[in-house]
Amino acid sequence: MGYVKAFLIYLSLLLIGLLFITPIVFMISGSLTPDAGVFAQAGGWDALWSAGVSLDNYRDVFARVDFMGYLFNSLFINGMIVGVGLLVNSLAGYAFARLQWYGRNLLFKLVLAVLIIPLEAIAVPLFYMVSLFGWRDTYWVQILPFIANAFSIYLFYTFFIGMPREMEEAARIDGAGVLRTFYCIIVPNAKPVFASVAVLTFLTQWGAFLWPLMVTSGEDVRPLPLAIATFYSLPPLQWGDIFAFGVMMVTPILVLFLLFQPWFVRGVVTSGIKG
Amino acid sequence: MRERRSLAALLISAPALFGLTLFVAVPFFLAVALGFTNLRLGSPLPLEWLGFEQYRRILTDSSFTRALINNLLFALVVVPLQTVLALSLALLLNQRLRGIAWFRTIFFMPVVFPLSLVAVVWVLIYAPGPNGMMNEFLQLVSFGNWVPRDFLRDPQLALPAIMLTSIWQGAGFQMVILLAGLQSISSELYEAASIDGAGRWRQFWHVTLPQLRNTLIFVVLVTSILAFRLFDQVQIMTRGGPHDATTTVMYEAVEAAFTRQQVARGAAMTVVLFLVVLLISWLQRRVASQERELS
Repeated sequence: MGYVKAFLIYLSLLLIGLLFITPIVFMISGSLTPDAGVFAQAGGWDALWSAGVSLDNYRDVFARVDFMGYLFNSLFINGMIVGVGLLVNSLAGYAFARLQWYGRNLLFKLVLAVLIIPLEAIAVPLFYMVSLFGWRDTYWVQILPFIANAFSIYLFYTFFIGMPREMEEAARIDGAGVLRTFYCIIVPNAKPVFASVAVLTFLTQWGAFLWPLMVTSGEDVRPLPLAIATFYSLPPLQWGDIFAFGVMMVTPILVLFLLFQPWFVRGVVTSGIKG
Repeated sequence: MRERRSLAALLISAPALFGLTLFVAVPFFLAVALGFTNLRLGSPLPLEWLGFEQYRRILTDSSFTRALINNLLFALVVVPLQTVLALSLALLLNQRLRGIAWFRTIFFMPVVFPLSLVAVVWVLIYAPGPNGMMNEFLQLVSFGNWVPRDFLRDPQLALPAIMLTSIWQGAGFQMVILLAGLQSISSELYEAASIDGAGRWRQFWHVTLPQLRNTLIFVVLVTSILAFRLFDQVQIMTRGGPHDATTTVMYEAVEAAFTRQQVARGAAMTVVLFLVVLLISWLQRRVASQERELS
């Protein structure tokens, strides 16, 4: 490749990259700017090369709200959705892909039909239902509806159906039951699909905002994405504190992303191969 | 033996099937049913069957029709812009150059940011006055000709401002999928094309685009559906304002069902949302199957 062409590619990437990264740099530098500075330059570029660096804003966040509580809520809710979801959906995907049973084809068609229904389309009646059950302001109301996932089942199904049959035959001849075959033969050979589904579920659920907004009114079970919105509307308006909250909130997923970047990319790409 | 395996299969899929039934199928039918009633939480009025009355009301409601138009505008602007941007980025990244992976990381990073955090950060970027970051930037690139505006309280600029925020957050998602699509195109096709004397530009139109067609259809479908589900940014950045300039179907539905307790009205709105999603998916299928007939 010619030097001129390589130079032009780098130049375009650098310019667009700057535009992409500026809001993030802005957030981080704002979080480190002493309160007085953020007030003086609210939103200005000056905030990027702030006069001083301090951790006051981070201290303020812990003094003003129960950040660790929100963090725990988010980790617990998402951990349960991802963990229990992997178990429940992989078993269903396995049953649809590898077992012969009465009603399988009809049920699988129904699962595929459910795929098209977004949460938004059912949020109102679901909200009404959980209100009737008296489930509002609990962890369960933020976990249970998201465990069974038609798309996860579909991803497991497509992976399992491509695995060679012989592997199970041997186990079956040895007299292993359905669960043991699944656990000992299928799972160890299907790690990529488990990783992809885990990453995709986490990525789509970690930022959940609409549903927690509808079903939680108290602080106790509020997850981070909702907490930052309420923190932002909590007077006095201190941008440094809000940014410090934001940096701390995004750090766990950013670290996960940087460590397991190939898996994130693979997870997203897997979602693109459907249909 | 056969029956026992059948029972086992049903048992292991039961938790998932139960969850999908209780938390997706039942609410879905409930949404359709409730949309035909007058249900309102805490209302003294008896429950009544209204037929299509609820739909007549929302479709003649100026805020709701404005919401539908806003969603449509959002889709018409964001989908093409974001797809072209994502495709350009994917093409730039699909080169064997040192350090290129760093750029992929940067472009993808906003995707892992929760939308509510993105919205809060961009509220400050759009801060009014000459010191606001976006105002200052526009002043710089226009050589001082830009007059500072209050983006989120300006009826003309509020929706475009939300669009830009959404493109920033979502482009990396499309880019990664398109990049995978580009990498799966066989290099033999390009070699054959260049033997036939096709230059870069013609290779792009006659090899890259046709090979990428299904991937493109997919990312367009996903982005269009997301455009109609738009909620988080609106709720945080503008609350639908000013004067419904940024209201969306989902924002109106939540306002109705949640803030004003009009469950039936909110349900009818989400049924409209579902019908739009269904229409988009149907269109995508038609376009995708047309290609199969052609080839």
